[in-house]
Amino acid sequence: MTPFTRLDAVAVPLDIVNVDTDRIVPARFLRQPRSAGYENFLFRDLRESDPDFVLDREAYRGAQVLVAAQNFGCGSSREAAVWALAGSGLRAWIAPSFGDIFFENSFKNGVLAIVLPHDRVVALRGQLARNPGARVAIDLPAQAVTFPDGTVERFDIDPFRKECLVAGIDEIDLTLRHLDQIEGYEARQRAETPWLAAPR
Amino acid sequence: MTTGVVIPAKAGIQSSTLYEKVWNAHAIAQGPGGRTLLYIDRHLLHDGSFHSFSALKASGRKVRRPDAAFATPDHYAPTRGRDDIKDAELRDKVETLGANAGGARIQLFPIGDDRQGIVHVIGPEQGITQPGVTLVCGDSHTSTHGAFGALAFGIGASEVAHVLATQTLWQTPSKTMRVTVQGALAAGVYSKDIILALIAKIGAFGGTGYALEYAGESIRALSMEARMTICNMSIEAGARCGMIAPDDTTYEFLAGRPYSPKGADWDRALVRWRALPSDTGARFDREVTLDAKSLEPMATWGTSPEHGTGVSGRVPDPAREPDATRRASMEKALRYMDLAPGQPLEGLAIDRVFIGSCTNSRLEDLRAAAAVVRGHKAKVPALVVPGSGLVKKAAEAEGLDRVFIEAGFDWRDAGCSMCVGMNGDLVAAGERCASTSNRNFEGRQGKGARTHLMSPAMAAAAAVTGKISDVRKLL
Repeated sequence: MTPFTRLDAVAVPLDIVNVDTDRIVPARFLRQPRSAGYENFLFRDLRESDPDFVLDREAYRGAQVLVAAQNFGCGSSREAAVWALAGSGLRAWIAPSFGDIFFENSFKNGVLAIVLPHDRVVALRGQLARNPGARVAIDLPAQAVTFPDGTVERFDIDPFRKECLVAGIDEIDLTLRHLDQIEGYEARQRAETPWLAAPR
Repeated sequence: MTTGVVIPAKAGIQSSTLYEKVWNAHAIAQGPGGRTLLYIDRHLLHDGSFHSFSALKASGRKVRRPDAAFATPDHYAPTRGRDDIKDAELRDKVETLGANAGGARIQLFPIGDDRQGIVHVIGPEQGITQPGVTLVCGDSHTSTHGAFGALAFGIGASEVAHVLATQTLWQTPSKTMRVTVQGALAAGVYSKDIILALIAKIGAFGGTGYALEYAGESIRALSMEARMTICNMSIEAGARCGMIAPDDTTYEFLAGRPYSPKGADWDRALVRWRALPSDTGARFDREVTLDAKSLEPMATWGTSPEHGTGVSGRVPDPAREPDATRRASMEKALRYMDLAPGQPLEGLAIDRVFIGSCTNSRLEDLRAAAAVVRGHKAKVPALVVPGSGLVKKAAEAEGLDRVFIEAGFDWRDAGCSMCVGMNGDLVAAGERCASTSNRNFEGRQGKGARTHLMSPAMAAAAAVTGKISDVRKLL
């Protein structure tokens, strides 16, 4: 996984609440292997119905940060939503709230999902809409976002997620360091709830 | 099975919630920043899980606990012509699951086996889902299993691979919210109406960051099937999980199921399960109440599950929404749905009906729909897709299939079908579908499809009248 530390990039505002993962990648594309390039399916139906869709505007070309509204990525657990967004070059998203599973999936793919207060995100989307192509700077070690107008907002991040992002760590390797605890649980399970552990 | 790693008791409070008890029993290690390594007792897999098997294979890792995993094709499973699947891509997905499960010695319930079905229907049906277990699946509607007092939630493909390899997940504890539902449901009002009303009340992200617990006399009075409908849609309120304390209704449901404990183990299990309900003094971070008596049958008008109203209600006016982004999103929803502000929902002509999905495809759902359909004819194409082969068989044993078929409904084999359309069961662009599923998202049932969510009885009423109708007038 590519480590994530600092990013200074064009940011694109997406001013829609409750953007669900069906909209990000319609279900009919999920039968494709990952090698098909899920970025090709990103917001497919929304883009077809709206030729002026914000991600297609010239001024936002090359954007690496998406600034969304409440509950971005709600609905289906499809990780393909993250693959599609990340595959199109986005490396971080900022919103007042995210769908829980989408939020988790973001970090698993080396993408930084940042929660900021609603009024700050509205202000940021406003700046990006008024100045298309404006840049946002994200400093993960310092946990800070610099808006186009120079305002600096601090954000919270779970230190575990931060460590995984900064170092590009494979979480499974990290987990397997706890093999003793895993085996300990399994021994207790066999003793206390054998019906959950019985060999078949 | 308590270990040293627990959710700390709230200041001065020794009592725990159901969620905290199950969490604490599975917390095996602590990571930085409050992350906890949770042991996962049960893992359900389906034909959309192929990405995770590929990732596992690519990393050279093996499935740690094949005996704790169960697999069935549902998302891509055709609902007819299953002996010889013509669509090569569907066949490939179904066969790939079989090969992945077989290769890892994971129990598979394949097409042709009565136990095949929607993963969230067969887990409880087989007794795989039990009180107090942790259960995950690469599907957001895994919250369904919380109806048994399990800590059950949906995960993404990377997390599925993580569970396959380690049988654990890193999680951060959620805040807790108790939803207390009081009062008896009126005739024609069902658990689907409770959950649609709750989502309309707290919003599609009202539950984000929370573990929900449903409580109160109305919940206690519900069957397990009705409880599953409620927990199923917790995710539509933004909550990753929704739980209900186990009680005698739960134990009666589970007794004698294939994977339920037997004999002396059953007695041991009961002792453990009876200790699970939230303690009397347990404190929740948020409390919400809902009056069930005042509920009427619900239907949605928009493109988010929060866009619901009683059937006698009207499409709201976006002009009254103060928040600009929300207002624009409502206007967009109304354009997509081809509806005008102030328009009544009752009487709205529909083109198609779907009765099925992990929300409403169990025997009780089919009975409720059949009771409305009996003696009528469908005025629009209508599809009934039982949640499992066993549900289908049980429905046929009591003649429900005849009721539907004689009324002109299509009676199919088990799968997710038209809830998500991945198997090709789609709603055409511009068509309005009365659906018992869980999501009315843009394009969810097919590109340009317009979905109105409602209960099985309401969907049956829509089928026999050709419009959104108040089922209470047909009973």
